[in-house]
Amino acid sequence: MKLNRRKNIIAEWRGSELIGYWLLRLSLLLVLIILGFIIFDIFSKGIGVINWEFITAAPRVGMTEGGIFPAIIGTFYVTIITVAFAVPLGVAAAIYLNEYAIQGTFTRLVRMSLRNLAGVPSIVFGLFGMAVFVKLFGFGPSLIAAGFTLGLLTLPVTVTAAEEALITVPRAYRAGSFALGATRWQVVRTVVLPRAIPGILTGTILGLARAAGETAPILATGAAFFLPYLPDSIKSQFMALPYHLFIMSTQHHALAIVRPIAYGTALVLVTLVCILNLAAVLLRKRYRDRVAKGL
Amino acid sequence: MMMQILNGFKNGISDARHNVEMTEQPNGNNYCEVKVEQLNFYYGSKQALFNVDIEVKEKGVAALIGPSGCGKSTFLRVLNRMNDLIPGTRLEGMVTVHGEDIYDSSMDVVELRKKVGMVFQQPNPFPKSIYDNVAYGPRIHGLKNKIMLNQIVEESLIGGALWDEVKDRLHEPALALSGGQQQRLCIARALAVQPRILLMDEPTSAIDPIATQRIEDLIRDLCKEYTIIIVTHNMQQAARISDFTGFFFQGEMIEWGKTAQIFTKPEDQRTEDYITGRFG
Repeated sequence: MKLNRRKNIIAEWRGSELIGYWLLRLSLLLVLIILGFIIFDIFSKGIGVINWEFITAAPRVGMTEGGIFPAIIGTFYVTIITVAFAVPLGVAAAIYLNEYAIQGTFTRLVRMSLRNLAGVPSIVFGLFGMAVFVKLFGFGPSLIAAGFTLGLLTLPVTVTAAEEALITVPRAYRAGSFALGATRWQVVRTVVLPRAIPGILTGTILGLARAAGETAPILATGAAFFLPYLPDSIKSQFMALPYHLFIMSTQHHALAIVRPIAYGTALVLVTLVCILNLAAVLLRKRYRDRVAKGL
Repeated sequence: MMMQILNGFKNGISDARHNVEMTEQPNGNNYCEVKVEQLNFYYGSKQALFNVDIEVKEKGVAALIGPSGCGKSTFLRVLNRMNDLIPGTRLEGMVTVHGEDIYDSSMDVVELRKKVGMVFQQPNPFPKSIYDNVAYGPRIHGLKNKIMLNQIVEESLIGGALWDEVKDRLHEPALALSGGQQQRLCIARALAVQPRILLMDEPTSAIDPIATQRIEDLIRDLCKEYTIIIVTHNMQQAARISDFTGFFFQGEMIEWGKTAQIFTKPEDQRTEDYITGRFG
């Protein structure tokens, strides 16, 4: 009697277990299908316009012909400024938070603020950038104003990623270094950073990939609808891929005609972001190999 | 019963003081490798050490024994100020190394830690090559000369009894070494900054018996040139390698004396209970 009841319970448990298993499996499948559909859609409709001219020429005839080179180069420049601004600042802040600051109410408050900052909508960053960099600092709509705005946007991600990388460095290494008479900066420079830099880079690249695809923050800080010339200084306005895509799919006077160009732009943007993500993955792999080898 | 223990304890203390005076007089000076007077140590509001007194007057091995959590590792970290790295710690009393008050505001912690090296419970070589591990200390203290570095690395590895095993692969990762080799590397790394005193916090507790014996032999060799203060859970080890032994219990130094005496005729009942294995 008892034995039978037990068997039933097991059977029942197996049944619900089985349903759960299939629900989880289908969820994963759904995610993959959605992703696959988006990529397939962009790829199939965008690949037709991709050729050498599309990548290397400027738009012509009211942006109905020609390429998207100025947008590619604009996104490239603005990302470099973002890196130059956000990475040193973010890493330095993370080093201070994790290695120097006494952990307490203050550091908790800072970390909480960072998490909240990461959740602020990008349009708010855009308007803040316009008020501060464009107007207050007098940069005008420019590469530097947009780069700094994107930098602010990625700062919480950079600091958090850098902190996580720093935390994974075993305490025993720090202790060993301190015990040999190293100063705190020597500990950071010779033991902690060499170990943390790959992790910092990985997190930072992922943050940048996100920033490179953002439209709202650059909308009011320097991205231009169309420019007949390439940016020649950090004070120049610029064209950018995400903004160009936005224009080509919503603002252009002949939307139907430029639809293929919009898809082509989307394909280039997605590819760029993929390359950045791939770089992050490769870096992480190299880092893991190095850890496995113990160097 | 309680009174007996208390009396025994008081006798132990006064006898220890008496012994100190006896040895002081013939030498005619107060020179001490390490001298700790009335040390109280706190983690936040929790007191971890109570009125600890120790004098290590000459080179040799001093072992600190006692049950887990009795404060012996805390005490060890007092001697090279590693506790400074733990927020909320506080200290009262006098700690002098070679006559210098190491908690004086003029004390340079870097200089102190160069002089008082440390080996940890878990071997913790850096994720660098064997060579770079040993050269690490001299390098952070500003030595760049390759020839001198090579010489220091060789001497330190010989000192750490590891040279013969690694001399052909100095540029391979230190983490590829076995646990016992890693610990000897950590000893060599500590030797490379030319310390006078070596602190060892249960250096063999994570290591197999054969490797342990090699390290014990090494400690016996090193104590001719260095003052070694070793924390150990292993009483046989303390008996084998140390010249002096201190017994810690609940944050107090219960008894301190020649190892032979502590292990054959301890003066305090608790010491006897501990070394005969009645607790701990």
